[in-house]
Amino acid sequence: MMLLAVLSGFLLAVAVPALCRLTGSYTGWVLALLPASLTAYFASLIPEIRGAEKLLFETPWMPGLGITLDIMVDGLSLTFALLISGIGTFIFIYAGAYLKGHKAIGRFYAIMLSFMASMLGLVLSDNLITVFVFWELTSITSYLLIGFNHEDAQARKYALQGLLVTAGGGLVLMAGLILLMLITGNASFSGLLASDLPIHEHPYYTAAVVCILIGSFTKSAQVPFHFWLPNAMVAPTPVSAYLHSATMVKAGIYLLARLNPSMAGDLLWSGSLLVFGAVTMLTGAYLAYSNTGIKKVLAYSTVMALGTLTMLVGVGTELAITAFVCFLVAHSLYKGALFMLAGALDHETGTKDITRMGGLRHNMPRTAVITGLAALSLAGLPPLFGFVAKELLLKSLLHAPLWQTGLLITAFLSSALLVAVAGLVLLKPFFGPIAKTPKSPREASFAMLVGPGVLALLALVFGVMPSLPADLVLDSAISAFSGSPVKTDLALWHGINVPLILSGASLLAGSFLVVAWHRVQPIMYAVNTAASRIGPEAGYFRFLEGLSQVAGWQTRLLQNGILGTYLLVLVVVTFSLAGYTLLTRNGLHLDFNFSDSYFYEWGIALLIVAATVFACTTRSRLGSVASLGAAGFGMALTFIHFSAPDLGITQLLVETLTVILLVLVLFRLPAFATLSSPWERYRDLTAAVFAGAVMTLVMLAVLDIQYFDSISSYFVENSYGLAFGKNIVNVILVDFRQLDTLGEVFVLGLAAIGVYAMVKLKAEDQYKP
Amino acid sequence: MKPNTLILHTAALAIMPLQLMFSVFLLLRGHDEPGGGFIGGLVAASAFVLYAFAFGAETTRKLLRVHPKDLLAAGLLFALASTVPALLSGQAMLTAHWWELPLPGGSHLKLSTVLIFDIGVYLAVLGTLMAFVISLMEVEK
Repeated sequence: MMLLAVLSGFLLAVAVPALCRLTGSYTGWVLALLPASLTAYFASLIPEIRGAEKLLFETPWMPGLGITLDIMVDGLSLTFALLISGIGTFIFIYAGAYLKGHKAIGRFYAIMLSFMASMLGLVLSDNLITVFVFWELTSITSYLLIGFNHEDAQARKYALQGLLVTAGGGLVLMAGLILLMLITGNASFSGLLASDLPIHEHPYYTAAVVCILIGSFTKSAQVPFHFWLPNAMVAPTPVSAYLHSATMVKAGIYLLARLNPSMAGDLLWSGSLLVFGAVTMLTGAYLAYSNTGIKKVLAYSTVMALGTLTMLVGVGTELAITAFVCFLVAHSLYKGALFMLAGALDHETGTKDITRMGGLRHNMPRTAVITGLAALSLAGLPPLFGFVAKELLLKSLLHAPLWQTGLLITAFLSSALLVAVAGLVLLKPFFGPIAKTPKSPREASFAMLVGPGVLALLALVFGVMPSLPADLVLDSAISAFSGSPVKTDLALWHGINVPLILSGASLLAGSFLVVAWHRVQPIMYAVNTAASRIGPEAGYFRFLEGLSQVAGWQTRLLQNGILGTYLLVLVVVTFSLAGYTLLTRNGLHLDFNFSDSYFYEWGIALLIVAATVFACTTRSRLGSVASLGAAGFGMALTFIHFSAPDLGITQLLVETLTVILLVLVLFRLPAFATLSSPWERYRDLTAAVFAGAVMTLVMLAVLDIQYFDSISSYFVENSYGLAFGKNIVNVILVDFRQLDTLGEVFVLGLAAIGVYAMVKLKAEDQYKP
Repeated sequence: MKPNTLILHTAALAIMPLQLMFSVFLLLRGHDEPGGGFIGGLVAASAFVLYAFAFGAETTRKLLRVHPKDLLAAGLLFALASTVPALLSGQAMLTAHWWELPLPGGSHLKLSTVLIFDIGVYLAVLGTLMAFVISLMEVEK
């Protein structure tokens, strides 16, 4: 049941094309039923995980590798699951209106559903490897969604950037998770949380921490990997609202929070989280303040929120965890709403630039009211839930065990900037003189407003009654961190204290920043443009450029199209390595013994040698092919002489067919010509003689030494008993070593397709439109 | 390439059926005597190659009726199908299954997944070589 709930998105995604034809423009509403019922299902689990309880649903997947599809539901994972499915419900409704009439809307729904399932899998899986699998699935679906408008070169470029950063980080994360498994001998979160091994002292510990941090930081857009997130805003707005603010970018945060109980108390872990989180928070807030595109502004404020969450995990006190959970929920609510509203504005006015909008409250009053609510929560004003979260944030930093002053100053500056951002997002588009926009705006449709409306309303309800969400899931989520039941007393009003004063001061500073924005923005724009030349994004592009240059260089060197070079490299490298191993491990075995050889054996050997020499020296193409065949026949004679009829027959047939194939090819080639210089021919001769010599030495060594007992006796004994066959060669091929043969048959097929494609598809076909 | 030599024509017509029969013979007896799917496939392929040399690629393609690619695909499917009985009965993949059918006259017909696999190898080898030869011959036009 639980597993089905997690994977249901994948199943429904398959049915989307049929559904789209059936339900037309109401598909969004129909599809929203799935996340809605998932929300209800997850909500029904709330009573069972109260306190620090957790539910474990076990499903084996690859038992041999210790990989399971186990699902662990505790307060933390359930909070995430509820956010994913709850916000997902409104996103589907919204997307139906936002992308109305788009020709690829079916594809969009299918990928969105797959994303939702991957994201649920990520937060609910108990197994580290399964988490990684879902982690990369979210990266891939995110790639497909950012590049949804794939005719647009920008969309493709930034989709690839997002993929390279997050999926690359995912690989680093996998290394970290595997190291963690090696340290603890445990592949599950539940086991990890239960164990009290001193993992800090393990020699792999530092490497594991660094890898896990890099993985989480790339996914959750921490400085210096933050650049991909604003660029991902080329995606359609439902994607930005869902993936790039409410859910996917929080995956890294989720993982950090999940692992924190095992890692906390270590300076490397907590210190990194504090430093990177604080820097990201401030950078995000500043960049949000200095941009004019509404989606970019929101994206940078998301970066700020992600930094805050990372920092709070780093602080790690119970108060900080409470702040973490509240901030997480508050941010998902208001940011999801704001993104959807930004999409509505873009949809109605035809521009994303807030400096070009104005006075929209006359034409879009409902949008204006909802934006107002969400923006107040963003700014952290009472009576919204954002205020509760901000109070807790400041309070927890006041009691932070490390670097309180620095963190507090950073947080204060960031929240002042964020107040300004909230003010700008609300004031610029909706107030002031009516501005001329590319499209004349009308009120957004119901489907586009219901989602943000409900989310903003929740932010208000939770703000007025913070005990409501706390009782439902927040307490359980906090308990999941500490391992024992926690009862919080969230309240809107705590009396006049330091956090409230700081909050008020940030409000004042923020208002000042709103007023000053006109004058400061152009300067900041110039500074940002200059800084972007040396920023991490420039580094990313330089890295890509370098990568393709290295790839080009080594391709020109190794794959220059001259088959002779390929052969030379292959032969020299292989035989040098083999010869080196042979000499260092075994020494020389020059034990020639011709005493028991017969004259016809000498005859066969002579035939092979003569045929080979002729093939090398003749000037006739046909002659050289035929003499190669003769050498092969000599081999076949050898096999038959040493009573291996199967090998002999095979060799004969293969040689015959090879000659025929070569003749077919040679007919189409020009006559032999001397293209190589004498030097090159001597070089090739040396390589050939060298390879032959090493091969001879290997054969002599094989006759002399035996490392393992031969298994032929096993085959001889069991061929009839186990496999009911008297022809041992065939029994080995089709029974004992059947898997090898199966693989070889497929290789054969691949070769056939390769030849077929090479011969049939002519080069000029590529350039046809 | 269509050499009009009477000797080759006559010989091909006479030898080719024998070769094909021999290839099936090799395939079927392969488990106990020298032979098997790989060798059988090679013999069958050389039969068709002989025919192609005598009568040209187009005629050979007609004689084959199916495209070499489809032969290859059928071979791969046979090879994969031979793994199914073991999977269905919950054994490790590729575990061999044997069925003995009594024939009139007291003898038994030994059928097995191994034989199915060998037929797959036979078809795959035949398909691959025919794909090579026919496509190379047709290029010359």
